Amino acid sequence: MTELPLIGEAVAVAAQPRLAGARIGVVTFPGTLDDRDAARAVRLAGGTAVELWHGDSQLGDVDAVIIPGGFSYGDYLRAGAIARFAPLMSKIIDAANSDAKLPVLGICNGFQILTESHLLPGSMIKNDHLKFLCRDQVLRVENSNTAWTLDYEAGQEITIPLKNQDGQYIADEKTLDALEAEGRVVFRYVGFNPNGSRRDIAGISNAAGNVVGLMPHPEHAVEPGFGPESLDGIGGSDTDGLGFFTSVLNKIVGGDK
Amino acid sequence: MTTETTKKFNIDTVENAAKTPDTELPWAELGLKRNEFDEIVKVLGRRPTGAELAMYSVMWSEHCSYKSSKNHLRQFGQKVTEEMKKDMLVGIGENAGVTNLGDGWAVTFKIESHNSPSFVEPYQGAATGIGGIVRDIISMGARPVAVMDPLRFGAIDHPDTARVMHGAVAGIGGYGNSLGLPNIGGEMVFDSVYQGNPLVNALAVGVMRHEDIRLANASGKGNKVVLFGARTGGDGIGGASVLASESFDDTKPSKRPAVQVGDPFAEKVLIECCLELFKGSLVEGIQDLGAAGISCATSELASNGDGGMQVELTSVLLRDPTLTPGEILMSESQERMMAVVTPENVEAFEAVMDKWAVEYSWLGEVTDTGRLIITWEGDVIVDVDPRTVAHDGPVYDRPFARPEWQDAVQADTFTGSVQDAGRPASPASLAAAVTELVASPNMCSKSWITNQYDRYVGGNTSMAFPDDAGVVRVDEETGLGVALATDANGRYTYLDPYHGAQLALAEAYRNVATAGAIPMAVSDCLNFGSPEDPDVMWQLAEAIRGLSDACMVLGIPVTGGNVSLYNQTGTTPIHPSPVVAVLGKLDDVARRTPSGWREDGQAIYLLGTTAAELDGSEWANMRGHLGGQPPKVDLEAERALGEILINASRDGMIDSAHDLSEGGLAAALVESSLRYGVGARIALQDVMDRDGVDLFTALFSESQGRAVVGVPRSEEVRFTDMCTARGFAHTRIGVVDAASGTLEINGVESLSLDALRDAHEGTLPKYFG
Repeated sequence: MTELPLIGEAVAVAAQPRLAGARIGVVTFPGTLDDRDAARAVRLAGGTAVELWHGDSQLGDVDAVIIPGGFSYGDYLRAGAIARFAPLMSKIIDAANSDAKLPVLGICNGFQILTESHLLPGSMIKNDHLKFLCRDQVLRVENSNTAWTLDYEAGQEITIPLKNQDGQYIADEKTLDALEAEGRVVFRYVGFNPNGSRRDIAGISNAAGNVVGLMPHPEHAVEPGFGPESLDGIGGSDTDGLGFFTSVLNKIVGGDK
Repeated sequence: MTTETTKKFNIDTVENAAKTPDTELPWAELGLKRNEFDEIVKVLGRRPTGAELAMYSVMWSEHCSYKSSKNHLRQFGQKVTEEMKKDMLVGIGENAGVTNLGDGWAVTFKIESHNSPSFVEPYQGAATGIGGIVRDIISMGARPVAVMDPLRFGAIDHPDTARVMHGAVAGIGGYGNSLGLPNIGGEMVFDSVYQGNPLVNALAVGVMRHEDIRLANASGKGNKVVLFGARTGGDGIGGASVLASESFDDTKPSKRPAVQVGDPFAEKVLIECCLELFKGSLVEGIQDLGAAGISCATSELASNGDGGMQVELTSVLLRDPTLTPGEILMSESQERMMAVVTPENVEAFEAVMDKWAVEYSWLGEVTDTGRLIITWEGDVIVDVDPRTVAHDGPVYDRPFARPEWQDAVQADTFTGSVQDAGRPASPASLAAAVTELVASPNMCSKSWITNQYDRYVGGNTSMAFPDDAGVVRVDEETGLGVALATDANGRYTYLDPYHGAQLALAEAYRNVATAGAIPMAVSDCLNFGSPEDPDVMWQLAEAIRGLSDACMVLGIPVTGGNVSLYNQTGTTPIHPSPVVAVLGKLDDVARRTPSGWREDGQAIYLLGTTAAELDGSEWANMRGHLGGQPPKVDLEAERALGEILINASRDGMIDSAHDLSEGGLAAALVESSLRYGVGARIALQDVMDRDGVDLFTALFSESQGRAVVGVPRSEEVRFTDMCTARGFAHTRIGVVDAASGTLEINGVESLSLDALRDAHEGTLPKYFG
């Protein structure tokens, strides 16, 4: 990352030397939108963000991967359906399934790509109200043992932005029952189900807990003054999403957690 | 597809045109007037070819040439002081103006209309409106960072309004969200004058380093001209199909959509691809393709550069191989850019295109002949001086006169009118009036719309709707950022175009200052009826005169904009609607002032004075009255108020600020309470005594130059001292009451925040689902 940043990118690096050695790759597909935001979140959490290009044939030297939000390939055909075939995705799938269990986080469109890749079960269809919806969403962390939720308490409620058109999580009953039984429902919508997702599911993990996908956007709740605006200054925290990134960084450097 | 293009068209070459001077051409069908066609013949010294006629007809259209407004628009360039110019890096005339932000940063912004396409096909019309304005911003070398959308629809309960509203909002969201641009604000107005002619305006803002500024010109003989992005198709051709004489293939599709169809994914890729080109300094000049497509891009690039260009039109990649040369020249297919590249950079340019999988084709090169030559398989079909196409179009001094009805309208004041009967005075009726106001179509919560837009993407949105201005961070190290607001009031401008336009500017200026930003520049979208109607032409002339005069007083220049005329249904024009956008600067966006109260016990102050000004107000509108004089304009007071709000923000003297505009103090108090669900106790006796108004007037008057602010107890003395020193009226009207869950106003029955919220937020879902 010696390159000069493009306009608007973060250049400030948080002083967290302990975590700075952890390298988190952020994948950019054509149509990816929240890649700079995910990279900023990694930096604010103290880690080093590494740009990854969908067309690359090697994953390179990264300790974890974030597949950010956006509209890869315009969501044409079906959200995530084309991105799933990118050369880099086959490397990510292999690394996630390997013994090393590469931590992978899919946010929004990234979650859709992970289900299309069969790293996670189920699928997302259009919101039940058929509109794009952007709101500050309360989630309950149901499982704090995944690579991306170690810094949360089980049962903790957090508020992060949600913004999507195709966010309704669906799976057959058998799959849903299995996810529940195995503790793989990682996040649930609280108070309001914004899209008709089955069993209020906002995010899930694979069996090993290294791959997590969710529709809401933790990377948009990492910096005071730029997070969920409804909470700004009235008692709530607008940086509830930071824990995703510190969780994986601490795990990588072998922190206490 | 066969390659027998020569067989498909009866190509009208320049040689042929010279030989057949008497060939009838469909100039009238293409929208040209007789005198304009004669002028083209005079310029060329012969009849134009079909392709030349196509180019002139689109470039000399009202939309591209500003032929009716040009003589008036000059004032924006003339009424400018040296002081106003000091931060202007690029002025009017380029794709968008550029303003210096300091620290090596520059910002560019522009507002444009996409009105009639949005009525015909609301989704695509609104979507491509966003697409077009964003390409204008990229063309300047900037990374687009946010969009805004001022919208005006017909009556909320008219059956057709839902069609336009649903389509336009979904189109803006569908396109803007897919580009990764936060939507940080806009406007929403319902009025039956916009029933057959909604106004869908779009604003985009972009940022860049000074050295990255790019201009639309083609310089350097031998440099290559390239067209890249989406392929050229038959969309948006409009009248070009009347050039049927060019074609003898009657199997081609006869009806083509006049509205362009957008592909936001293609645009997103185009943005990233262009930024990579800029970063590598791989283009000499660049121009987006919008209205008039290749006609506009080639003629503008050539005339702004060394003056010559040679282009082979069959090199254009087509979506529809049956397109005639004229159609290719006029096509408004979206997501296309034209650039000028030196021969040394060709390879690097192609590598960037390949990386982003963007299609491109080399069309020709820059020449020093002073001529724009376009060939079709080598035969010359266009040979013109590009200036005559791009800049020397007709200019009209349209007759204008103050309408005969204007005096009668201005004499018909609301107070004492039939509609004013039963004006609320009791505590119960005033409470009902406040609730009715905040639930009314124009004052209700816009969250049904704004929740369909992504306001977070980019991670730099510091403030967005419903705060007074949208605020975006530009530099993450220093917190440097910009604030933007757009405003217009068609009713005020109808009552008095000169002052109405000034009020639009004053409100946008006030909104930016309320956010704590220093106003720096103006962009305007002038939406009016037919300039051929002297009444409308007078409105346009007055509005431009008013706006340019006010810019001088406020010391902020117009850096760009757009004029949209012929907005009318039959002979009934819309209200004159100059939409004014003001851009301001914040040294640190962390200092921005939000509109809602948060902290219990803080003092609430009303800044400015209140007069009995109900003409043209939301209250009068709710009662079905439109007449009288709009609120008085006092630009010096606006400036003084702005300075107080900016200094108070910078020095931490206020925690909230909300400007007073439509709906007056009543609307501001409710909005500041509902922002964070924090109530207040208010007493207006001091205001009523000082200004000599009753409680109803204090609440519903729309007097200008006012704001409500929340002041921490520790800052009260310092704040009031500052207001006193500046001689600006300020009155403590209450305190923030976090526990009550109510808005208590002396003389008005208690208003529960839950009930106010239900009323405020229930309106749009009730009509639009």
